[in-house]
Amino acid sequence: MQESKLGLDFQKVEHARGVAKRIAGQVQDFVDNYTTVAVERTICRLLGIDGIDENEVPLPNVVVDDLKSKGLLGQGICAYVGNAVLELGKTPQEVAEAVSKGQVDLSRLPMHPAAEIQAALQPYIDSNVARIRARRQRREEYINTIGEGSKPYLYIIVATGNIYEDVIQAQAGARQGADIIAVIRTTGQSLLDYVPYGATTEGFGGTFATQENFRIMRKALDEVGEEVGRYIRLCNYCSGLCMPEIAAMGALEGLDVMLNDALYGILFRDINMQRTLIDQYFSRIINGFAGIIINTGEDNYLTTADAYDEAHTVLASDFINEQLAFAAGLPEGQMGLGHAFEMDPQLENGFLYELAQAQMLREIFPNAPLKYMPPTKFMTGNIFRGHIQDALFNIIGQWTNQGLQLLGMPTEAIHTPFMSDRYLSIENAKYIFNNMKNIGDEVEFKADGIVRNRAKKVLDDATTLLETMESEGLFSALEKGIFANVKRPKNGGKGLDGVTLKADNYFNPFIAIMKGNK
Amino acid sequence: MSEGLYSMEAKDFDKTLDLKMIKPYGDTMNDGKTQLSFTLPVPAGDEAVEAAKQLMRKMGFENPLVVYSKELTPGFTFFNCYGSCTHTVDYTSIHVPKVESNTMEMKECDEYIREHIGRKIVVVGASTGTDAHTVGIDAIMNMKGYAGHYGLERYDMIDAYNLGSQVLNEDFIAKAVELHADALIVSQTVTQKDIHIKNLTELVEMLEAEGLRDKVILICGGPRISHELAKELGYDAGFGMNTYADDEASYIAQEMVKRGMK
Repeated sequence: MQESKLGLDFQKVEHARGVAKRIAGQVQDFVDNYTTVAVERTICRLLGIDGIDENEVPLPNVVVDDLKSKGLLGQGICAYVGNAVLELGKTPQEVAEAVSKGQVDLSRLPMHPAAEIQAALQPYIDSNVARIRARRQRREEYINTIGEGSKPYLYIIVATGNIYEDVIQAQAGARQGADIIAVIRTTGQSLLDYVPYGATTEGFGGTFATQENFRIMRKALDEVGEEVGRYIRLCNYCSGLCMPEIAAMGALEGLDVMLNDALYGILFRDINMQRTLIDQYFSRIINGFAGIIINTGEDNYLTTADAYDEAHTVLASDFINEQLAFAAGLPEGQMGLGHAFEMDPQLENGFLYELAQAQMLREIFPNAPLKYMPPTKFMTGNIFRGHIQDALFNIIGQWTNQGLQLLGMPTEAIHTPFMSDRYLSIENAKYIFNNMKNIGDEVEFKADGIVRNRAKKVLDDATTLLETMESEGLFSALEKGIFANVKRPKNGGKGLDGVTLKADNYFNPFIAIMKGNK
Repeated sequence: MSEGLYSMEAKDFDKTLDLKMIKPYGDTMNDGKTQLSFTLPVPAGDEAVEAAKQLMRKMGFENPLVVYSKELTPGFTFFNCYGSCTHTVDYTSIHVPKVESNTMEMKECDEYIREHIGRKIVVVGASTGTDAHTVGIDAIMNMKGYAGHYGLERYDMIDAYNLGSQVLNEDFIAKAVELHADALIVSQTVTQKDIHIKNLTELVEMLEAEGLRDKVILICGGPRISHELAKELGYDAGFGMNTYADDEASYIAQEMVKRGMK
């Protein structure tokens, strides 16, 4: 039996986990029957299809939209692209180019038997799977040779809009001590139903996620990592309408961390729930295979709802995200389950409640590299108080052994971070992490005290919420606004048009190869 | 820098407050003491410190003091500095355009609406364009409110509709028409490269094109929004940092009465 510093009842924890597992199981039964345009575009990319046509439409979109317009998407892109490879003796890339030029109609080629089609695709499948595997091994080798920072990893963001400027900021951050660099995406990218192409220098509040931008930043972080003697992880956003495509691009280019929440897009971007749940499944299979740590977005609940009142929503969502990740074969060690330090600083004993919740998550998900988000909602422009709020946040991060500490900036709510803001934040965290290194090993919480009672209450409330969701079913619970007080219709929101029932002969070879594999 | 602990500087300046010539206050009237920090794109060293001091003199500071410097990454040095500002401003001649309303507490505001308008007023809010941030509009609209100021949803006499984020201007207008909105609140958080200006201007133009501009009270808000900017862009009022739901509710109610909107 696991020891709890909080006196947590682990039988209750396992009960809650079981409820979440059944909720996830209901979702998975649905997901298995469907595909989406994003999933099919992802398969295109994993077959090596890349580039854009003369209107800057990515070739994966060209091929998938062509099949969709002919009502053939349910059979899957593999069947048609593979058939064309076999029939025409072209590579998948050449097939896509021919489709974009109107030289080939995939639906009119004589159809070969499925086994032959699969065999024709096998070399392309193998080569990209090998490339992803090599990326993963490269990371592991770096960590074994030059090493990595200790947990909590110091996680900072860059957000200039220009990938080349981002490189300067990122390298500076790494030299100052950052372990993870997240390149914030330009506002609105989550709602694009395609991934832009090439290096980009114009973005708003962030930089476009493109495969070329991934490549540029990966190279820059490898350079600076060798310089500072620490592997520097790269993070991007595997969310929105291109969730699995971004996963594939990240896997191919050696990203290490991806924001990848099952419910976030539904609740906060009004993306259709069917679309997101299907997309998250394939994206997590890829992330799992590529050794990428996913981050879930529970912190977002607390920017709208109150952190004290809604703490149980965070825990319930973590349970569901955990089970959906398991369903996609993603191991615990890659589950950056989320939460946030968002209590009102005026709240008496707010620090103790935060501490209770962080320790509770640590004990409930002992092997997950938890992602802890800093204060944002109550950052006011008073940079001096803000720096102290961030310090309290850092104390809890070290105390409760969080995995990824997303550093707060004193200038939060004023501007995207200056180089000096990051320096001050990193200095703040390093001071506290070192000065309070083993505090968590030294302190237990007294029976019937504020901390223990808080943890118990949050677990009980989360369990009640999960039980309600189980009896409703996740889809219905989302429709009724039982979760996070946001109501989303099953057939509403963005991207439903891209959801298709799989036909009997549908196949996606990457699921079998990647799921639960290394 | 032990002399910094107790200032031995001569204080031979006039220490009387003159509102026509104000300057920063440290611990003595008219000492001009100012704290600032910045980064210069040069490596750390004596030359960097001298560069920071020269720059401060050009900014109008006497006795520039670099109290801390640190090279953030090769070629970039950060400075914490103090200096005595030589410039003054005439406080008596300042005029800042302000939202002209008295902020009332929620109950008082509800009572005011009941008495002077006699029906619930309809307020529709959204974070528009590509802006994905809901924090601003939520702080104003959500029942719970922010920093102890209840949101518009809690007001008895306000029907508040929060459309959330990334709402297109055309959808925002369509919803405003459908709900017979009295007031529209637009929140803009992302202001990089002035994207908010373009988006805010577009909304005004679209409302004008539809002939709706004069039928509603149009408000924008966000951390980088001022009333002056809002007026310049064609809005009725703008609410920046440290303003809350009660400021906006009071303004809307009083403006409706002023305009005779019933």
